[in-house]
Amino acid sequence: MAVVEYTGVSSLKGPILVVEGVKGASYDELVEIESSGKSRVGKVIMLEEDRAVIQVFEGTADLDLPNTKVRFLGKPLEMGLSSDMLGRVFDGLGRPRDGLGELISKEKRDINGSPINPVSRVYPRNFIQTGVSAIDGMMTLIRGQKLPIFSGDGLPHNELAVQISRQATIKEGEFLVVFAAIGLRHTDAEFILSSFEETGAMKNIVAFLNLASDPVVERIATPRVALTTAEYFAFDLGYHVLVIMSDMTNYCEALREISNYRGEIPSRKGYPGYMYSDLATIYERAGIIRGKEGSVTQLPILTMPNDDITHPIPDLTGYITEGQIVLSRDLHMKGIYPPINVLSSLSRLMKDGVGEGYTREDHPHLASQLFASYSRVQDVRALASIIGEEELTEIDKAYMKFGEDFERKFLSQGVDENRSVEETLDLGWEVLKDLPKEELTRVSKDEMEKYMKGAIS
Amino acid sequence: MRARIIKINGPVVVADRAETLKMNEMVRVGGNKLIGEVIGLDHGEATIQVYEETSGLKIHEEVEGTGRLLSVMLGPGMIGNIYDGIQRPLSELEKVGGAFIARGVEAFPLSRDHKWSVKLLKEVGDEVEEGEVYAEIKERGIVHRLMVPAGISGKIVKKVEKEEFTIDDVLYILENGTELGMYQMWPVRIPRPVKKKLPSKIPLVTGQRVIDTFFPLSKGGTAAIPGGFGTGKTMLQHQLAKWANADVIVYIGCGERGNEMTEVLTEFPELVDPKTGKPLMDRTILIANTSNMPVSAREASIYTGITIAEYFRDMGYSVAIMADSTSRWAEALRELSGRLEEIPAEEGYPAYLSSRIAAFYERAGRVITLSGEEGSVTVIGAVSPPGGDFSEPVTTHTKRYVKCFWALDRELAYSRHYPAINWNTSYSGYVEDLKEWFVKSVDPSWYDYRSKAMELLAEDGRLQEIIKIMGEDVLPDMQKLIVGIARMIKVGLLQQNAYSEIDSYCPLDKQFKMLKIIIDFYEKAREFVEKNVALSEILKGSVVSKLMRMKEDYKSAEELEKLEREVHEHFGKLEKVYKE
Ligand SMILES: Nc1ncnc2c1ncn2[C@@H]1O[C@H](COP(=O)(O)OP(=O)(O)OP(=O)(O)O)[C@@H](O)[C@H]1O
Ligand SMILES: [Mg+2]
Repeated sequence: MAVVEYTGVSSLKGPILVVEGVKGASYDELVEIESSGKSRVGKVIMLEEDRAVIQVFEGTADLDLPNTKVRFLGKPLEMGLSSDMLGRVFDGLGRPRDGLGELISKEKRDINGSPINPVSRVYPRNFIQTGVSAIDGMMTLIRGQKLPIFSGDGLPHNELAVQISRQATIKEGEFLVVFAAIGLRHTDAEFILSSFEETGAMKNIVAFLNLASDPVVERIATPRVALTTAEYFAFDLGYHVLVIMSDMTNYCEALREISNYRGEIPSRKGYPGYMYSDLATIYERAGIIRGKEGSVTQLPILTMPNDDITHPIPDLTGYITEGQIVLSRDLHMKGIYPPINVLSSLSRLMKDGVGEGYTREDHPHLASQLFASYSRVQDVRALASIIGEEELTEIDKAYMKFGEDFERKFLSQGVDENRSVEETLDLGWEVLKDLPKEELTRVSKDEMEKYMKGAIS
Repeated sequence: MRARIIKINGPVVVADRAETLKMNEMVRVGGNKLIGEVIGLDHGEATIQVYEETSGLKIHEEVEGTGRLLSVMLGPGMIGNIYDGIQRPLSELEKVGGAFIARGVEAFPLSRDHKWSVKLLKEVGDEVEEGEVYAEIKERGIVHRLMVPAGISGKIVKKVEKEEFTIDDVLYILENGTELGMYQMWPVRIPRPVKKKLPSKIPLVTGQRVIDTFFPLSKGGTAAIPGGFGTGKTMLQHQLAKWANADVIVYIGCGERGNEMTEVLTEFPELVDPKTGKPLMDRTILIANTSNMPVSAREASIYTGITIAEYFRDMGYSVAIMADSTSRWAEALRELSGRLEEIPAEEGYPAYLSSRIAAFYERAGRVITLSGEEGSVTVIGAVSPPGGDFSEPVTTHTKRYVKCFWALDRELAYSRHYPAINWNTSYSGYVEDLKEWFVKSVDPSWYDYRSKAMELLAEDGRLQEIIKIMGEDVLPDMQKLIVGIARMIKVGLLQQNAYSEIDSYCPLDKQFKMLKIIIDFYEKAREFVEKNVALSEILKGSVVSKLMRMKEDYKSAEELEKLEREVHEHFGKLEKVYKE
């Protein structure tokens, strides 16, 4: 396709630019904008007769109306791909950021990807051992799953993400990590990258960095660039890829900002009505495809504004992802790491990836029992805070003790502590010993006899 | 002069020179021939909603009319198939585009190669009327009946005799030249006609205790499942698709996850329908327009699904349709409405949201078909309220048009009480209609036992408020008993693990037996409490924990008779002790 260039634009507003007199432009097309020797990229977001409305990824600061040049490139926003990307660091649009030179790529792909046909998917069933008891025991991560971490400002989600990606093991070998920093603070991105470097894992990682100081609109592209890379490594080259995207909240803020500039009618809290569909085009890019070797597993991280799980960002995410790992400020204040609130956390794919032949036969019932018992602990604690702990019945006192042990022994572990799933399950039985046997209605007698040694009756 | 594009805004495209296009006509847009539908006409300009991704489309590309309304193709070959929102078979799309969905693919909804053996029921000289069955085909789990399309009648002048037929074949020709073939077309937005609507008097048995026993749904009825994320809407819909005693299931994955459809595709062929002994896939039709597929096709998927359901209803079958999630459909309406720059009503939704929801649920019903058979369409829609807040527009409008409301509760889901249907906020408007059937077919005292259980749960709700503040210990024994029995109802009866081999489906007679055992236990225990026997004495022994686990430990109503006797003996012994 021929490249067409226009000089002079008719309107500039926030990241939005309008050119008139345009012929032959196509919807969603990539454009290059040039002004005083600097070039930026954008894409066509609406066409009407000879007007083209363009969203500029690097923002419109410093542009003027008469001298800005707009070139229509006749193709969507694409990125080059190659196996040489391993160990490299790119910016939020996929351009090298590490000063190690341009990438020579054979493959070019549209960063928007295409939806995977549901008949071509393989239902994910393979257990990933993360070495974190709360996760492996109670919200198991499955290869090909999208399981976000719902966190809050100041909570150790980056530590947890690093721990998971370092420890994650599957039967068939190692993971390759694709890391997308979306509007992250420099220190956070630095922490994550240097943690990988320390363990020598850097050669197995491809990083895309859009930092807090980088253009806001670019954040729209960053997760897509990362996922296009992940799909290439997974479905073309056969790797098992773990994609960490942090912080999706910044992505949603960027989406809101653009929607606002476009004058769209907002839905809840000013976020656009299509945010669900838009997020889905990111999160649904996880999975396994029939006849292909690799897989894409997603571990997106988002910070819940005000720790509110009903805020549109965690809410719409939860509606799309296959569960969530929720971090709790209360547990964090208590000094528990990882501060995972197991009750509001969930892994929807766990059911088909644990138990006999996957982890251990007692796993499903044990997990269910831990959930049930720990949920009872919440009621007992609420009561104790009113009537005082001494006034509790014997059973309720047992639940208080179980709650403590569950949090201190089962949940709690070191940032470098890597537990096998057997260790995790044994620990689960261990803490259940605090409760009388009759209370354990979700595990079978046989399981109790086999796995719970020396329990009180 | 062909119509041509003058504006492109996401899935909405405007074309001028559109004088020849009709409202709701299906069109092909641009060089890639993307599939679209005319949704507005104004001064020679047509507004078109495009069912495929519009990237790459250009101004002044042509728009071509097809002369027909957005329709589905109804005939043999739908069962066991999986379609996108506009009835393109996903397996055909895979053949063309591979694992990622390609654009502009026209795929014939029914297999053109498959050879069907057809039983022709009419002869030359017979008069046929609209809705009349003229041929029968064995298709997987059912007999597929070919019916004279609505509005057509006449004398048969030709009959085609062949060993086997393919979908393009003609079977009969009428006097006026009309051909009766293997399939018919029907515009999705228009309900298929029936002779008469009937009141609902028969339950759709689902094997889920909290539904059948507490909040039953009738064949031809409507139900909504509202609930925040992860509360179990999809699980419940899958359970109903698996176990409900309908003849045909239409399952619409509307703006939800790809893996959930894959799950159905892998699981259903392996599962056996308890009624027919055939694989569940032999009665199931899937429509998948996942969250990342184009929004406008999501809007259409609901209509595609319900039209297919009506077609099978017209053959005299009971059909159940599940839509997961109607909220995503409503959001598609909102997004398209926004692109059309319509003035929004509540929360950005268009003012016609309410009437669209109403029109959808109105297509449910138990009916007498044009051919005089009885058929039904039962509609079960999931609702995904933002933040789990039921006061939002989609939930409130849906509530006005459905008679069953199975409210899923985040607290219950967090404590892993599944199905997380809240017994205080849920209701079924069919209980009275179905009472007669249950009393006749299950047990004369079904209604009384059910009422008693509901009463106990309500009383427990009040007591829980006190317990929260003062603890259970302060309650007198009679109230402690109620709390204990309510716990038995909640844990022993209402909770039902979908993954349990034994308990995933619970037959009605077992449901009733379980209910009866618990309530009888309560009544008996009550007598002893009244005689001032200590509650701890009454509840001593292994029988209570047996009641708690009876769903798993006893396979059937017959087996439960053993437990019933044990309960009897338990109180017998107690009686003896306290007589002395
Ligand atoms: N009857 C049940 N038995 C066992 N587990 C259940 C049951 N119902 C729900 N669950 C559990 O709850 C999880 C979430 O259920 P489900 O996926 O149906 O939620 P949902 O309401 O459809 O959520 P979303 O709106 O995000 O799609 C399941 O993965 C399963 O672990
Ligand atoms: Mg769901």
